[in-house]
Amino acid sequence: MSENPTPEIIEPTASAPRVRAGKISSRRIEHYVAPLEETPLQSVDKVDETATPLSMWAQAWRSLRTQPLFIISAALILLVIAVAAFPGLFTSTSPTSCSLEFARQGPSAGHPLGFTFQGCDIYARIMYGAQASVLVGLFTTIAVVVFGGILGALAGYYGGWLDAILARLADIFFALPLILGAIIIMQLPAFRENRSIWTVIITLAIFGWPQMARITRGAVIEAKSSDYVMASRSLGLSKFKTLVKHVVPNSLAPVIVVSTISLGIYIVAEATLSFLGLGLPPSIMSWGNDIASAQISVRNNPEILMWPALALSITVLSFIMLGDAVRDALDPKSRKG
Amino acid sequence: MSELLKKPTMFDSAQDDLPLLEIRDLAITFTTPEGPVNAVRKAHLTVMPGETVAIVGESGSGKSTTALSAIGLLPGNGKVTAGQIIFDGEDITHADEKRIIELRGSSIGMVPQDPMSNLNPVWKIGFQVQETLKANGLAGSNSKERVAQVLSDAGLPDAAKRAGQYPHEFSGGMRQRALIAIGLACRPRLLIADEPTSALDVTVQQQILDHLDTMTSELGTAVLLITHDLGLAAERAEKIVVMYKGQVVESGPALEILRNPVHPYTQRLVAAAPSLASKRLQSQRTEVAEEINAVVKAEHEITDDDVLQIKDLTKVFKIRKGLGRSEDFTAVDNVSLSVKRGTTTAIVGESGSGKSTVAQMVLSLLEPTSGSVIFDGQEMSNRSEKDLFKFRRRVQPIFQDPYGSLDPMYSIYRTIEEPLRIHGIGNAKSRQTRVKELLEHVSMPSSTMHRFPNELSGGQRQRIAIARALALNPEVIICDEAVSALDVLVQAQILNLLNKLQEELNLTYLFITHDLAVVRQIADDVCVMQHGRVVEYATTDEVFNNPQSEYTKNLLRSIPGATLRL
Repeated sequence: MSENPTPEIIEPTASAPRVRAGKISSRRIEHYVAPLEETPLQSVDKVDETATPLSMWAQAWRSLRTQPLFIISAALILLVIAVAAFPGLFTSTSPTSCSLEFARQGPSAGHPLGFTFQGCDIYARIMYGAQASVLVGLFTTIAVVVFGGILGALAGYYGGWLDAILARLADIFFALPLILGAIIIMQLPAFRENRSIWTVIITLAIFGWPQMARITRGAVIEAKSSDYVMASRSLGLSKFKTLVKHVVPNSLAPVIVVSTISLGIYIVAEATLSFLGLGLPPSIMSWGNDIASAQISVRNNPEILMWPALALSITVLSFIMLGDAVRDALDPKSRKG
Repeated sequence: MSELLKKPTMFDSAQDDLPLLEIRDLAITFTTPEGPVNAVRKAHLTVMPGETVAIVGESGSGKSTTALSAIGLLPGNGKVTAGQIIFDGEDITHADEKRIIELRGSSIGMVPQDPMSNLNPVWKIGFQVQETLKANGLAGSNSKERVAQVLSDAGLPDAAKRAGQYPHEFSGGMRQRALIAIGLACRPRLLIADEPTSALDVTVQQQILDHLDTMTSELGTAVLLITHDLGLAAERAEKIVVMYKGQVVESGPALEILRNPVHPYTQRLVAAAPSLASKRLQSQRTEVAEEINAVVKAEHEITDDDVLQIKDLTKVFKIRKGLGRSEDFTAVDNVSLSVKRGTTTAIVGESGSGKSTVAQMVLSLLEPTSGSVIFDGQEMSNRSEKDLFKFRRRVQPIFQDPYGSLDPMYSIYRTIEEPLRIHGIGNAKSRQTRVKELLEHVSMPSSTMHRFPNELSGGQRQRIAIARALALNPEVIICDEAVSALDVLVQAQILNLLNKLQEELNLTYLFITHDLAVVRQIADDVCVMQHGRVVEYATTDEVFNNPQSEYTKNLLRSIPGATLRL
């Protein structure tokens, strides 16, 4: 560093401005100097080359993998996914070979959870019912993230009339209660006649996208005012490319958190609709349908209702816990002191 | 001042032998998820009654932590692990909550750093002052008058009316005065002022510190002033304590330390303090040339072309005032200036002077309302996209906030490579060589390129931002407060780097800053702006040695430490 020479004194030319010459104490002040060995001087602003480079995702993963909340929820989710993908591996009993002679019987060898009112094996039905729930949750989330995310990002980034229209549109959907809206939509002839997993997914997505659009819009607005966006624009990157390359990647964190949590919520919503007889047709095995059909025996054999309900709760809980864990990892500031 | 204020002053020599505050071998440890961090080790300092002591250090040196421990305001995860804090003969290191609360306000006052966030926005200013008085049992039947008195003592005009206003109706300087009023409301014997003016403009800073000076010397209050600015410390305190990495490395009489720093860290600090430096940084080459023949340089300058010209630039913003109505706000008013190739022109002004708006218009990120920007003889407005794209290669910005100007998702390599990629320069291999070369230019090890911005310090990030700006071999670089957010030593380093690069690459800088001290080190020409207008435009030497406008004179006088005789 170059040595700075002693300053020239600025002589103010204006009429008698106060010259601040510093204060001199009447007391004797000791001039103390710490021995150099105690705080060895380090070179200014040196790069620590020993640490391993970590991207934001890698850092998040690092803090995530030691969190018990994450480990438990991830293990449960993996289990649920395995069951949904290969139910045959977990049970050798057919869920559809029901026989009334076993109706409402308690647990027995090979049938750990007993039988339903119709004499079907409860354990087998839970294993096979996982598929419908997980598929509905997964595809609804994908649809919502794609549709709501894109609209929200465009609205937030370009603003103006696009933003105004989308915001009002989202408000309209927000104002409709999900169940009421779903009842009406599922009653439409086109939906009523071809009820399947897909009709449920479409219905849930129609009511789910505004939330995702709002979250994305907020995140994009925050990211677009950053200096790095301005820097990229002044490097000559076009407006749209800046959105794709800089703004969207930096807005993903809240979207990931919210979509993890809402995956669980969509599974519940599917079960609710099925319970009301509006969701999946009875021909498709699902937890919601099983809970609905267990209603009649809830007084004498509550366990028939309890088991599918428990499976549903655990699945939903683990998605919500995962969402919490991911939020803590992606946004360390939100962590409790 | 009123009767109320006339407490016996503590300057009688018989009384002053006992220190008011004494911190002995203090150690403070923070528990973090990454393990314990020793923020302060073996710190010791004494404040005598009526004395002003300044703690100076860079961010993270433990200066605020040390001071806050004296009133038990350490954050939840911080703990005093060793040493003693003695206030007025009483050991308060581990005093219970009740005793500390008794001391706060009435014996030890506090002025916090950020005037914008330290007043509660939902309560009137008067209420917040009254709160302090009440907490210390000083609000009698005439509390309203007391509040007004306290506020007017702090230099708020028309105090009774001001007390009925909310914080958002106050400017930054007025809020800081209100905070000072709160801090001094109960006539404490010690006032801890944590960077009381670093968020304010220099002229306001000077006024407020002057006022604080007058008040505390009238009341005989001792002040523990925490600051990063050595010049300011020397000017306002009798005693300076320099902290580095949690330790006190040097302490002594203020002027003595400035004249004769002993510890190498203090020496570094004194050498780098911009407010004490007086001359344009020069690389050795020009210095030699200048000595041989100054005339040649002058001639050379005349033949130089104006790479950037700004003519009658005006920007009017529409401010929405309710439905359908809007009001015009002229942010930039008829600004003209020209920048010669290879030189630095600084645009100086306080907040709201329109200097950053000028920068954005020069960068074509903002459309001027009228007037023109002429770059290398070509008019900038109404240019085609293609021309603009070419222009981008030749003019690049460096922004203020080193934490915001790099995309946290991009590795350093991707960040610096981005401009090359956008402009389709070279292939993967040649780009990698270029990135390495650029990192070398800004004195960063090439291993940095696999790192991410969050692993680097502010100064290092700023170097990366410079490397990115240099990637396309631009001719002009617009530095928008490029060093304002950095610690003094790092700031000096970056300024030297910018200067070196200017020499090597014949760069032209348009340097936008609020800090006149920095201007002196880097600029050849200075353009002083106030309320969107240019009030003075001349060479740096002329502006500093013979300022013409009253505003410039005032600005110059306000540089902390500028009038110290060393």
